[in-house]
Amino acid sequence: MSKASLRETFEPLTTGVFKNNATFRLVLGTCPTLAVTTSALNGLSMGLATTFVLVCSNAIVSLLRNFIPRKVRIPAYILVIATFSTLVQMIMRKWLPDLYDSLGLFLSLVVVNCILLARAESFASLNPVIPSVLDGVGIGVGFTFSLTLLGFIRELLGTGCVFGFELSFLVEAGLPMTIFILPAGGFMVYGFMMVIFNVAVKAAEKKLAERKALKSGGGNA
Amino acid sequence: MPYVVLLVINAIFVNNFVLSRFLGICPFLGVSKKTETALGMGLAVIFVMGVASVITYAIDLALVAGGMEYLRTIVFILVIAALIQLVEIFVKRFSPSLYSALGVYLPLITTNCAVLGVAIMNVTELSEVNVLYAFVNGIASGIGFTIAILILAGIREKLEFADIPESFKGFPITLIAASIIAMSFAAFSGLSF
Repeated sequence: MSKASLRETFEPLTTGVFKNNATFRLVLGTCPTLAVTTSALNGLSMGLATTFVLVCSNAIVSLLRNFIPRKVRIPAYILVIATFSTLVQMIMRKWLPDLYDSLGLFLSLVVVNCILLARAESFASLNPVIPSVLDGVGIGVGFTFSLTLLGFIRELLGTGCVFGFELSFLVEAGLPMTIFILPAGGFMVYGFMMVIFNVAVKAAEKKLAERKALKSGGGNA
Repeated sequence: MPYVVLLVINAIFVNNFVLSRFLGICPFLGVSKKTETALGMGLAVIFVMGVASVITYAIDLALVAGGMEYLRTIVFILVIAALIQLVEIFVKRFSPSLYSALGVYLPLITTNCAVLGVAIMNVTELSEVNVLYAFVNGIASGIGFTIAILILAGIREKLEFADIPESFKGFPITLIAASIIAMSFAAFSGLSF
């Protein structure tokens, strides 16, 4: 496989993480994003659970894309997604009961996460299986990344912990602010992170475009 | 009766669906540009939540009797999706004026996690539950959602004219406004019963 076609194959993967980042760019799946990110571990596990459901449902939807009639496609997608999210729920309840309790209601609500339906509708139902799976992985990794990041920030500022380990010097200095693990802090951290992410992506895109222009300009001369 | 009153106050203020439980954030951010559309969305949500609470509660009795609680998620989401279709047909046929008011918002509610959320919460989290409590909880949660979305829409209408830094425009400033609303609603958390 040549370098260019290789890059094209993996394109859904990279755009899913940065350019189409579900949380900060597309603003999809906001409910679990805000609700479970009180700690980094919760964010990470919610992200992984969603990624699993997303990859599986993308694969199935893409396999069935020629069989599902247009008119009943939405209920069909919901059924596929609901099957996998029930599967995740059962697996977690059996093997990770602590995590099951802390994610609570939101584990069953993976089924109405708009990311899943949006990707099934706008990508998986139009593309073959392999790109759809890669798209699922890309979007899923991007979602997991942003959830973990938000969880990390909120946990650090709110309780002075990192992945559950207490940083005693922070706590002793009285720095943790409980507001950050409350709903208000969730909205606030999300808002500010979105600003930072947008600025960073815009700057990176500008730099890339400049470099490209410079390269092609140099080639012409 | 007092339990019903507690239920209402709890669902509207103390555990407001949007501002303290984080359910239904997508429409909360997406459909809150104008107060009129926000009100339309809110009314549609109140209506669907009330009906969905009763129906899913009845279905859950059957599921529990059959020992099939693990099917809850699948059955509930299908019932809600079908219910919204039915409601749409019904309202269109019998009340065209209500239909034109709710119109586009009805189908959007299928992916509103607040509806599935209230259905699941009715059967798993309420300390005492029967059809009446489930219905009241559904309606009150819908009212809580409506109040929150109306407040945000009012603020966003004013923000249109504000001088906001470029990178804060759109979602970020909305989230920060929501954060301040959530902070004020956090005051109600002192009302624990």
